[in-house]
Amino acid sequence: MWDYAKVAALGLLALCAAIAANYARDAAYLVHAIIIMLAAGTAFVWSIRQLDEEKPAPDVATGYMDDVVRYGVVATTFWGVVGFLAGTFIAFQLAFPVLNFEWAQGYANFGRLRPLHTSAVIFAFGGNALIATSFYIVQRTSAARLWGGNLAWFVFWGYNLFIVLAATGYLLGATQSKEYAEPEWYVDLWLTVVWVAYLMVFLGTILKRQEKHIYVANWFFLSFIVTVAMLHIVNNLSIPVSIFGAKSVQVFAGVQDAMTQWWYGHNAVGFFLTAGFLGMMYYFVPKQAERPVFSYKLSIIHFWALIFLYIWAGPHHLHYTALPDWASTLGMVFSIMLWMPSWGGMINGLMTLSGAWDKLRTDPIIRMMVVSVGFYGMSTFEGPMMSIKAVNSLSHYTDWTIGHVHSGALGWNGMITFGALYFLVPKLWKRERLYSMAAVNWHFWLATIGIVLYAASMWVTGIMEGLMWREVDANGFLVNSFADTVAAKFPMYVVRGLGGVLYLAGAIIMAANLYLTATRGEPKAEIAAVAAPAE
Amino acid sequence: MDTYGVMRHFADSWMLLFLTLFFLGVVFWVFRPGASKEQRDSANIIFRHENAPDQDATELDPKEVRE
Repeated sequence: MWDYAKVAALGLLALCAAIAANYARDAAYLVHAIIIMLAAGTAFVWSIRQLDEEKPAPDVATGYMDDVVRYGVVATTFWGVVGFLAGTFIAFQLAFPVLNFEWAQGYANFGRLRPLHTSAVIFAFGGNALIATSFYIVQRTSAARLWGGNLAWFVFWGYNLFIVLAATGYLLGATQSKEYAEPEWYVDLWLTVVWVAYLMVFLGTILKRQEKHIYVANWFFLSFIVTVAMLHIVNNLSIPVSIFGAKSVQVFAGVQDAMTQWWYGHNAVGFFLTAGFLGMMYYFVPKQAERPVFSYKLSIIHFWALIFLYIWAGPHHLHYTALPDWASTLGMVFSIMLWMPSWGGMINGLMTLSGAWDKLRTDPIIRMMVVSVGFYGMSTFEGPMMSIKAVNSLSHYTDWTIGHVHSGALGWNGMITFGALYFLVPKLWKRERLYSMAAVNWHFWLATIGIVLYAASMWVTGIMEGLMWREVDANGFLVNSFADTVAAKFPMYVVRGLGGVLYLAGAIIMAANLYLTATRGEPKAEIAAVAAPAE
Repeated sequence: MDTYGVMRHFADSWMLLFLTLFFLGVVFWVFRPGASKEQRDSANIIFRHENAPDQDATELDPKEVRE
């Protein structure tokens, strides 16, 4: 019965999308209606072919639902390379404006490609990594198969449909002009549906767990899912101009809108890029080091302190604006207090290796994870420092901010994800080991040197820019025009682009290595389940 | 008082107190007597059920037990 209802709903959805495409008022909406029509149509045909077929038995070999994790790993790798490529290209667009090609004006210039890059790396690469690893981890630490059957598949495909809609929307100009929340109203609604399904799968699995205790990584993942749901709904409150058009109008206005946006924006960093990835850290670092986390007490305090402090730090994005002083001071104070849980977490991650430091020499994957945790500590030191009003008056609106974001994103999020992918692929495809350890080494060094080039050049250009902007002569007139600062930044922009090339090259090596591991790697020998006595 | 004033007063008095006490409660709870044994067990969850939900035996023996 349910199968027939599903087929009918999918057919109806495809029909509605076709009607919407017919009435579309703008190009982005038209393209999106066609994409939805094709997606619903494909799902419709696929569902019809499954009707009254024998259902395949669940994977008896593991009992866990791992195929959706495998898809997630592939999607993470793919979107990672796409996102890094887009980032490297727009870095060179800034250095060489001629790359904003005349024939592609309005579609592939910097302003259109920049949100494509940020969303591709944060939501496509990072989001797929979080969904895949959270599904992997919650099953192992709960000793339970994913709850909800095919709902996990809906989360995977639904989320990636959201990515495609967001990316095509940016190129065609559909944006509500909110940083990291650019997608328009119907894309937001779709993400809300997918996210609720994600929460149900995750929470359902935890509820039917066999372990008494909920492992700390799951706490981090759960806080990430719940908080992102809350942030997403509040920040995207808007009224569409037409049901057949992409444009919508925000419910909040002025400084309230700005504060809501940065409450969202900062907590997207705090809960998407920090809490979620800390969930990965608390599983993969101890697993790869083959020893339990340094202090479980510290990990619990890390969790609660992070949750309690992060949510207040948003106003530091609005220093010296129409935002009341008390609010911006509050944001600054909470940002500085964040030093403590952040460094507590970093120490916990690093000290997990105590007694196994030799692995740093022999295991490039653990090296990647350690560098990642190191960058977590570094960027969570830099961030609070930049939130101090006096420092912010120099750093705000300069490239220093971009450098800070990338030391966190490339260093912390990127490296821990690479480590997790290298850990997961041999396990998921049942291989003895990775195809090439030398390639992991190459990836490690390319990525690390790439980040160093990126961050160092952005420090130099950012501070230089800030100093040039505030320089006044004896009569109080500004010494430099804006164009002067742009000209002075050229060499650093080229260095930054080269850093991006190195980082991208490393990611391509990883993609090849993972592909070869899955297809040509040495198959894992069957574990002699009966031979070893349980201790 | 207007809605904003009411909510604001609640937020910077009782709610602030509640959140602070809750956080301190968590810290005390973490250090409660007998917690270490449970936490040692919790930290080792990741080494169980690696390949199947009903597989109980620790597959990878951690090199040492902490604490």
